[in-house]
Amino acid sequence: MFGSFILLLPVQPVISQDFENKAENVKCLKCHGQSIYQYYNDWIEQDVKKMMHPNYVIDSVAYYKGVHNQFYCTDCHSSDYEEFPHAGELRYEPIYTCIDCHGGDENFAQFKFEIIEEEFLSSVHSSDSIEGFSCWNCHDPHSFKLNVRTGEKIVDIVAYANNICFSCHTDLNKFQLLSDNDQSGLVAKHDWLPNQSLHFKKVRCIECHSQVHDSLLVAHKVMPATQSVRKCSECHSKNTMLLSTLYKHQVIESRREKGFINATILNESYVIGASRNYWLNLISIVIFGLTLGGIVIHGMLRIKTRKKS
Amino acid sequence: MSEKLYLYPVWLRIWHLVNAIMIIVLILTGISMQYSNPERPFIRFDLAVTWHNVAGIILTFNYIMFFVGNIITENGRFYHIRLRGFIYRLTAQFKYYVLGVFKGEHAPFPTNKNRKFNPLQKLSYVVIMYLFLPLIFITGWALLFPETIWLNVFGLSGILLTSLLHIVAGFFISIFLFVHVYFSTFGKTATSNFKSIINGYQEPH
Repeated sequence: MFGSFILLLPVQPVISQDFENKAENVKCLKCHGQSIYQYYNDWIEQDVKKMMHPNYVIDSVAYYKGVHNQFYCTDCHSSDYEEFPHAGELRYEPIYTCIDCHGGDENFAQFKFEIIEEEFLSSVHSSDSIEGFSCWNCHDPHSFKLNVRTGEKIVDIVAYANNICFSCHTDLNKFQLLSDNDQSGLVAKHDWLPNQSLHFKKVRCIECHSQVHDSLLVAHKVMPATQSVRKCSECHSKNTMLLSTLYKHQVIESRREKGFINATILNESYVIGASRNYWLNLISIVIFGLTLGGIVIHGMLRIKTRKKS
Repeated sequence: MSEKLYLYPVWLRIWHLVNAIMIIVLILTGISMQYSNPERPFIRFDLAVTWHNVAGIILTFNYIMFFVGNIITENGRFYHIRLRGFIYRLTAQFKYYVLGVFKGEHAPFPTNKNRKFNPLQKLSYVVIMYLFLPLIFITGWALLFPETIWLNVFGLSGILLTSLLHIVAGFFISIFLFVHVYFSTFGKTATSNFKSIINGYQEPH
């Protein structure tokens, strides 16, 4: 049998703030918090170093920045994991999904988990051709943090959201864990999109690929590619769709007023057709009107005085 | 009858024609994009983007022809501004346009073989050709390759600033277009300057 003494490696999980669960969770994180772990093997009577399977590495910094940072590992995982080596059957342990904990909970009513679940179940991610897709495929509970409603920069929100999509849609192995469909050539499939890399950096995939739900801050009903938005002016227009998707939170927080009509967009970006400045529009119309008026009056006076002479 | 002046060589007339067509395309597609409306598109957005990009690229190369042409031919001298007395000459031309023209006075700086432009004309051409057009090219090409734009300039989006500069420059070029067309009627007859830019010869008046 393996010995139960797990040695600490020089690199320790970094947990700067004091959390009640810290002492307990370090017992797990000293192995699962790094890519290489070490233990004493009783059989061969020596220390052994092993690579931790990447799927079982928990970034302790991200964990303690995440929304679940108050949790003990054993709140969600079996307490049998406290034994090392872990029992083989533990790999069959069912894992909770969001709704298991948050469903029907008044404390989390603002997040509308029930609607999110309904939307997810009618999305392409829940179709017959996809097996075993759950909340965790997109939202790692060990690092999940709120960003849309916390006033983070749009560019960071976009990067965070799109990395979730890219992590499967640009990784064939990961993708094939869930579906046999062909999802290769993500870039080639978006060849029609002008300034493709800029769009990928500035807007989330879900802006075009999901159906907006009025009550949800982030749409979860991801639609088939055939039903995605392809009309430029859906976003590039005064009533840009982005105000009900990417900028929804900012719109709710700050009412659109005169001046920078789409101030929320203009703060961090510029969307042609959508970013319109009331005062610049007004000034340009006045200058244009004065110019045309001046030309007309001057021309008429010239004609009039020429006739006289 | 005074002798006709050959002021617009072939290369200049070709440049002017291409310039005029491209600027009109750019203004129309630019307005269509800036004020795009999904229900009533003036020009379909994706088409407007493509046409705007193509016209902008053509205009840039056409501008290079103008720029080089003004260096290697004598046409460039018409754009040199002699600062001494320039304000006085500007004022005199301005007074002529505001008052003199209605009194039947003669233009203070008539066209001759050494002076193609009056002082106001010269100033407006220099500002448009050597300030606003380069500005619109730099910002336009930057928007064509947005990865070259600084993400953040003093806390503001680099793309926002580039776009605003592009639009402001475009606006002044559009204003110039209208004024330019109107003042082209100040020839010997209302249409003689339009004929000049086609056949190359200007009739002094």
